[in-house]
Amino acid sequence: MADKILKKLYIKVWRQKNANTKGKFETYEIENISQGSSFLEMMDIMNESLVAKGIEPVAFDHDCREGICGMCSLYINGRAHGPDTEITTCQLHMRRFEDGETITIEPWRVGAFPVIKDLIVDRRSYDKILHAGGYINVNTLGNLPDANNILIPYEDYEEAMDAAACIGCGACAASCKNSSAMLFVAAKVSHLAKLPQGQVERENRAKAMVAKMDELGFGNCTNTGACEAECPKSISIAHIARLNREFLSAKIKD
Amino acid sequence: MSNFLSSSIGKKLIMSLSGLFLVVFLLVHLSINLLILFDSTGGLYNEAVHFMGTNPLIKVMEPVLAIGFIVHIVYATILTLQNQKATPTKYNVTQKTKTFSWASKNMYILGFAVLAFLVLHIIQFYVKMKITDTAPIVEATGGHDGYKLVTDLFTQHGTLSYVYCAVYVLAGILLGLHIRHGFWSAFQTIGWNNYTWKSRLFTLATIFAWVIAIGYSILPLYMTFFL
Amino acid sequence: MAILDAKIPEGPLAQKWTNHKAKIKVVSPANKKKLDIIVVGTGLAGGAAAASLANLGYNVKAFCYQDSARRAHSIAAQGGINAAKNYQNDNDSIFRLFYDTIKGGDYRGREANTYRLAEVSPAIIDQCVAQGVPFAREYGGTLANRSFGGVLVSRTFYARGQTGQQLLLGAYAAMNREIGRGHIKMYDRQEMMEVVIENGKAVGIITRNLVTGELERHGGHAVLVATGGYGNVFFLSTNAMGCNGGAAMRIYKKGAHFANPCFVQIHPTCIPVHGDQQSKLTLMSESLRNDGRVWVPKKKEDAEKLRRGEMKATDIPEEDRDFYLERRYPSYGNLVPRDVASRAAKERCDAGYGVNDTGQAVFLDFKYAIDEYGLDVIKARYGNLFQMYEKITDVDPYEYPMMIYPAIHYTMGGVWVDYNLMTTVPGLYCLGEANFSDHGANRLGASALMQGLADGYFVIPYTVGDYLADEIQTPTPDVNSAAFLQAEEETKARIEKLFSINGTQTVDHFHKELGHIMWEYVGMARNEAGLKTAIEKIQKLRKEFWSDLRIPGDKTGMNTELEKAVRVAEFIDLGELMAYDALNRNESCGGHYREESVTEDGEAKRDDENFAYGAVWEYTGEGKEPILHKEEFKFENVKLTQRSYK
Ligand SMILES: Cc1cc2nc3c(=O)[nH]c(=O)nc-3n(C[C@H](O)[C@H](O)[C@H](O)COP(=O)(O)OP(=O)(O)OC[C@H]3O[C@@H](n4cnc5c(N)ncnc54)[C@H](O)[C@@H]3O)c2cc1C
Ligand code: HEM
Ligand code: SF4
Ligand code: FES
Repeated sequence: MADKILKKLYIKVWRQKNANTKGKFETYEIENISQGSSFLEMMDIMNESLVAKGIEPVAFDHDCREGICGMCSLYINGRAHGPDTEITTCQLHMRRFEDGETITIEPWRVGAFPVIKDLIVDRRSYDKILHAGGYINVNTLGNLPDANNILIPYEDYEEAMDAAACIGCGACAASCKNSSAMLFVAAKVSHLAKLPQGQVERENRAKAMVAKMDELGFGNCTNTGACEAECPKSISIAHIARLNREFLSAKIKD
Repeated sequence: MSNFLSSSIGKKLIMSLSGLFLVVFLLVHLSINLLILFDSTGGLYNEAVHFMGTNPLIKVMEPVLAIGFIVHIVYATILTLQNQKATPTKYNVTQKTKTFSWASKNMYILGFAVLAFLVLHIIQFYVKMKITDTAPIVEATGGHDGYKLVTDLFTQHGTLSYVYCAVYVLAGILLGLHIRHGFWSAFQTIGWNNYTWKSRLFTLATIFAWVIAIGYSILPLYMTFFL
Repeated sequence: MAILDAKIPEGPLAQKWTNHKAKIKVVSPANKKKLDIIVVGTGLAGGAAAASLANLGYNVKAFCYQDSARRAHSIAAQGGINAAKNYQNDNDSIFRLFYDTIKGGDYRGREANTYRLAEVSPAIIDQCVAQGVPFAREYGGTLANRSFGGVLVSRTFYARGQTGQQLLLGAYAAMNREIGRGHIKMYDRQEMMEVVIENGKAVGIITRNLVTGELERHGGHAVLVATGGYGNVFFLSTNAMGCNGGAAMRIYKKGAHFANPCFVQIHPTCIPVHGDQQSKLTLMSESLRNDGRVWVPKKKEDAEKLRRGEMKATDIPEEDRDFYLERRYPSYGNLVPRDVASRAAKERCDAGYGVNDTGQAVFLDFKYAIDEYGLDVIKARYGNLFQMYEKITDVDPYEYPMMIYPAIHYTMGGVWVDYNLMTTVPGLYCLGEANFSDHGANRLGASALMQGLADGYFVIPYTVGDYLADEIQTPTPDVNSAAFLQAEEETKARIEKLFSINGTQTVDHFHKELGHIMWEYVGMARNEAGLKTAIEKIQKLRKEFWSDLRIPGDKTGMNTELEKAVRVAEFIDLGELMAYDALNRNESCGGHYREESVTEDGEAKRDDENFAYGAVWEYTGEGKEPILHKEEFKFENVKLTQRSYK
């Protein structure tokens, strides 16, 4: 099952030296890419050829290259994580592209994710939201009740797990016209709200995380659903409804 | 409730409640309008107009409705401005991702188009009936002949009547689009959604949007072409 | 031999940890506040350690090279985590888990550490559940288990195919809590470049800020290195692109000894290499072997036709399929340990039965399981794995068998540590995959996650106190002291040197080259001549690297090529060390297979008489042969037998 070779591709990519400089697009030509290669392997090859020419390679985030660490980003041909669904950029394969095509690659464009260099953005605002309350307050020092003392209905586990699958990649905010972080926040709030362990602090959690999200300058959700469509883990916006519920019912009591 | 209104979800809730309130108004308004279809003498409709014009509850509701509109528009503007600020740099290439609807991304534009129509609509009816008092009178009751006012608009102005008809139909469609997204979105904002309700709400919103769009378009069409 | 005092507590195996905890020193809460601890790495080991130590009251500074602590490579673990809960009532126990681990490790691990690992394992599950880790549940709401290769009980807890992710997010959440409370200061996009040693004790680290390119000095009363494994020596592995042995090598070069570097695990179920543009290999969870049957054609002609694409797997009739694992190992069948399964695949492919165009693949077939349990059950069990496979290969595994081949996956070897997880340098600790302690020569599936969390949540919080109790009078190390400045200067010089080469080849070129050498000579089967060649070739490669490397861009600011170069420089040295170790160990054990040491039917043959020790290497200088120390392993509670899975 040998893969087809893409003889020539034009890679139009955003170059920006650092956060303080202005960036611009550059187009590079590359040749002979196997359709069996992953998109990031194509980027590697392009970078190798740039280094050979003495040009600094294009910086992009990546690590696990199997769709789980959430490090890779990229807005490819107008879509977060490229032209495929339920995958991350690192899982995207060149089968999705055609010979002679111009591929446009941009960094996430979210005010709260400033560009660090080229295609790399600073997504630490997502971490900050979690610092504000994305956890269960339990000491890490043992002496806890036996795990099987907490029974969790299968359906609840399933739904909690659906939400917990979020990899924190940022595609939700990146594909949202409002740069809203709601799907990400909802995923965590929903994961914990669905479990008995998460009940005690559910109200404070929702309030604290939403307050942080607002403070960091993410936009307001207008329920366009772009996040759900581009989320590599297919996290449903039904979780956003739960977040709204959690938040509103907590706030009403204030 | 501290800081409730400054939080993103709080503001959204205001949008949602004011939107749903306007939806209720639209329904009432539509059901009254549809009376035109059932009585070509206009008696039925005029009775309703009379009732609406004199009933104290409705009188109270008038300013409330106005406030509803204002709140809805003010918050729509705040949210839209904030959202633009949150995305300072736009993408060079954007492809249509499979989102729920075109409307969902253009609510503000749709809203303003509706608003523009409303202004026209108010000038044509509300002003004449309530402010300048230039609307025709029903001899028997001494009340306004709403029926005549409406039907004249679509039949007595020559080509202009066709233009009015087109504008009203267009407004109906725009309203339908606004509601296609707005209706389910309002429930999502309140938190009334989950895996099962998601598709139900979509279906409901679609049906409802059609009802509004067809309901509001059918009258001008009927009057222009069949009266 | 005094330098290798493993500090194994007295007493019977089951009492050792309890006795030890009772005896070691404790730091008072008031004093904990005055002590700073540096934790390098935020994987399961580092993340759990950082959270627990901060929870105890220490000031923790945590470091990782990714943009968030949540992205450590622990996130990629799919299959599950072991614990001796005996929830299934299948006669599991702490002793059985201990025994399986020691035996699975081919008796090249330290009994006391392994027992402690098994002992704290049930508490890990309690801890994780309390944190909200969504482990799989039965319909009644109790926890579900699955079985894993190399054992006969069902003790593996899992969260779909994302166990590592959920456990790491649990540890990360615990860290977030402490970050929120100001007990942890998180430094992301920072690479540890050097450890600082003053008066013989570890007092801090030098890091490179990967965004600004600046070097930073950080001081602490103790330094914990939990930087994961070094499988990327081979270039292609299941590790993340950034996984590196850099930190471990730096501390090795500063006096921490390195144990059993040649013990590398090759995972049998990975997606085969598709070509020379490949950048990494993807693991298909071991759990697949529960329901998938591994086979190659019986007839060589069939295999050749498959390779040429003239035939499909589904065209081969039942009787012409060789289920070689079931044939060779009737009692464990498809569930033999990883090393055994990997070698068996290599054996078939080397003999000419490989099934893809490169001849380096075998089938993993779910047809039988689908026939038996139905499509829905298989979909529920492996849906996301199958989807991942299809995205990568464009082949639908429900219709056509998967193709798999072994790949480098895990490193059992690592920095030598004593029972307290302290290295040979006082105040310097090593946790998780980066150390050598618990898995001997081969790690059982689902035991690495267990070890990472055991080290982080339940071991280091106790043992670090034993050292720190004597440090409460020591002020926070002064980062302007001579030791810090010198370490920074040296690091700066190293970076300068890399830049000044200004040669013609990219970093990846050297890394791939190193990978080829390692896979060829220090891979699944090793022999004396090959290992000697490897050492020679690596030394030559090192010269080339330092004379022909090219790094474009600037020293200041972000420079991804420089990051890679720093890591590859260490990989080259580490590769050489691995080859020395493999050469020294003239026996086959666990993941280490010496062609000189096999039984008549081709199975690995251990040599307990001569090699029942941990080979602990001391650094002697660049390009020089390291010195070998031995930690003799005493087995008082298990009887050494040749492993048999027949
Ligand atoms: C694909 C895959 C699947 C696996 N599946 C399983 C499984 O099912 N069950 C199981 O038990 N085990 C599994 N394992 C093994 C297990 O995941 C790892 O052994 C374990 O998670 C390692 O944890 P760790 O904390 O030691 O290191 P890691 O999680 O690798 O963390 C290393 C940390 O160190 C940091 N770091 C590294 N170098 C530096 C540096 N120089 N400076 C600063 N920071 C640095 C990194 O940023 C990271 O935070 C799997 C491994 C892989 C690769
Ligand atoms: C009859 C008139 C109107 C009705 C029935 C109506 C109804 C609604 C409803 C139900 C929503 C959904 C609220 C939510 O998402 O929670 C909505 C949203 C919205 N409306 Fe209206 N609306 C009307 C007029 C207007 C006008 C005049 C504007 C003017 C600018 C406007 C702008 C918007 C915007 C921008 C949104 C999206 C806000 C968001 O989702 O955050 N609407 N509308
Ligand atoms: S919700 Fe989806 S898109 Fe958003 S960060 Fe999580 S995984 Fe990425
Ligand atoms: S690189 Fe880890 S998700 Fe893409």
